[in-house]
Amino acid sequence: MDNQTLLNRITSRFPDAIVESTEFRGDLSLSVRPEHYLALAQFLRDDPALRYTFLENLCGVDYLGRTPRFEVVVHLVSMQHLHRVCLKVGAPEEHPHVPSLTPLFATANYQEREAYDLLGIVFDGHPSLTRILMPDDWLGHPQRKDHPLVEEEIAFTFNQEQIYAHKPFAKQ
Amino acid sequence: MTNTLHVPTPQEITEPALAGKTETMVLNMGPHHPSTHGVLRLVVELDGEVVVNVAPDVGYLHTGIEKTMESKTYQKAVVLTDRMDYLAPLSNNLCYALAVEKLLGVEIPERVQVIRVLLVELQRIASHLVWLGTHALDLAAMSVFLYAFREREQILDIFELVSGARMMTSYIRVGGLAYDVPAEFLPTVDALLRIMPERIDEYESLLTGNPLWLERTVGVGVIDAESAIAYGLTGANLRATGVPYDVRKAMPYSGYETYDFEIPVGKNGDNYDRYRVRMAEMRQSVKIARQAWERLSALGPGPYTTLDRKVAPPPKSEITHSMEALIHHFKLWTEGFKPPRGDAYVSIESPRGILGCYVVSDGSPKPWRVHFRAPSFINLQALAHMARGRLVADLVALIASLDPVLGEVDR
Repeated sequence: MDNQTLLNRITSRFPDAIVESTEFRGDLSLSVRPEHYLALAQFLRDDPALRYTFLENLCGVDYLGRTPRFEVVVHLVSMQHLHRVCLKVGAPEEHPHVPSLTPLFATANYQEREAYDLLGIVFDGHPSLTRILMPDDWLGHPQRKDHPLVEEEIAFTFNQEQIYAHKPFAKQ
Repeated sequence: MTNTLHVPTPQEITEPALAGKTETMVLNMGPHHPSTHGVLRLVVELDGEVVVNVAPDVGYLHTGIEKTMESKTYQKAVVLTDRMDYLAPLSNNLCYALAVEKLLGVEIPERVQVIRVLLVELQRIASHLVWLGTHALDLAAMSVFLYAFREREQILDIFELVSGARMMTSYIRVGGLAYDVPAEFLPTVDALLRIMPERIDEYESLLTGNPLWLERTVGVGVIDAESAIAYGLTGANLRATGVPYDVRKAMPYSGYETYDFEIPVGKNGDNYDRYRVRMAEMRQSVKIARQAWERLSALGPGPYTTLDRKVAPPPKSEITHSMEALIHHFKLWTEGFKPPRGDAYVSIESPRGILGCYVVSDGSPKPWRVHFRAPSFINLQALAHMARGRLVADLVALIASLDPVLGEVDR
């Protein structure tokens, strides 16, 4: 399987799904329209000539200052053809929603939860989209570019009142 | 609920139990529990002693490594990669270095690649030895632990010899290595590679045919190939189900296509097959390391970084003589190098599975985004699938068999 064959097969089935395709050092990346994202992933997984059954990586990127601001990056691997393809789908800042791949690939579960937790991208159709790495009562999404890289104050017994006083969750 | 591909959350187990809707008992295991190999918390739903459901609760070691890397230059960020999978820092270094090198499009000399392969294979042996020792310890076989750590110490001594640090090596840098290997490197590695095959026989003589070991591992934690791929299991955990997928063969990096080795596979996807696969992998690693050792001996002295001075600093001896070298050195350590705009993804076969690194560059000396595909994190998703219907004691064996490193899970 080479990049061109794959691209031809996708465009013959989904003529308008791909916004842009780039090849960087031999790796194919496809920017996909959000409405075709799920169908394209399913096609890549189930098509007998492709069989991209293994979702290797899924992560979010925050391109602050660009529209759409967020991007979800998915790397799918075909173990049969030993080929990897990268799908990218954008999510706007005011409504950062992307369809979830978890119903298609069980492995996307934790990876989508991580992207939700750290970047605030909401995956529609995810069975249990909750925080995974940060505490459940955490406010904000720390990996966003507008979230400062600061130290978290540690609450000891002697100063916990003072520290909790300026933490919103303590007011509940 | 049984055997549908679903990864439960702790809330799914605790909420019905708190509402009094279930007949089962909910047990909290961890985060501080010797069998959980770090700070892993498990919420276990039990019917008597049988596991009905189990949900891992991770995040106790989250230190924001990916976020911190965005504020460091590409070279400085290498140090943080050591702290993810602390049992295989060299594999992490290599994965990150390869991703940035792909962005830069820099050529790496053959000698550097050979040293990298040699060290990463030694790292695989060292990491598998910790897995073997702790796995056996969890199943009450104390002596294996002592044997395994004896050889691991010898490998860590080699890492100390080359990098000055036993664990947090930061030795593989973008563009090459931190410094050249010392003269004692080759004889020390030779001594290790000579004894290693018979030492692996020794561990196997303690466990492979041991009836107690067989009783605790055969048929425990079974997963089939299709579910394993769906859950994203990789490494020995995937190969134990019979799928011969190894990145070193499938998409070779660092010249692995030129080495002669095999991919050990299992059949049943149980604890015992994972054990057999990892033991065979250690033997293959010795074989690869021996080939790399021979190549390195044949190559003799040579460069330890790329000769592209825009990426790797010139040797100290040059700095005192050449103005150019001084400028390059100054620019590299004050500002760093600037990869072109774009993104690159690289995956390698780490001891725990497929370790991936996704780097986005905006053309500045600091990475815009670094993401690691952490194999331990993703492998944990299959835990509930494999543990349902087994005893609590099997759950302990299963965690050891999956071999997660919590530093990598939480990053």
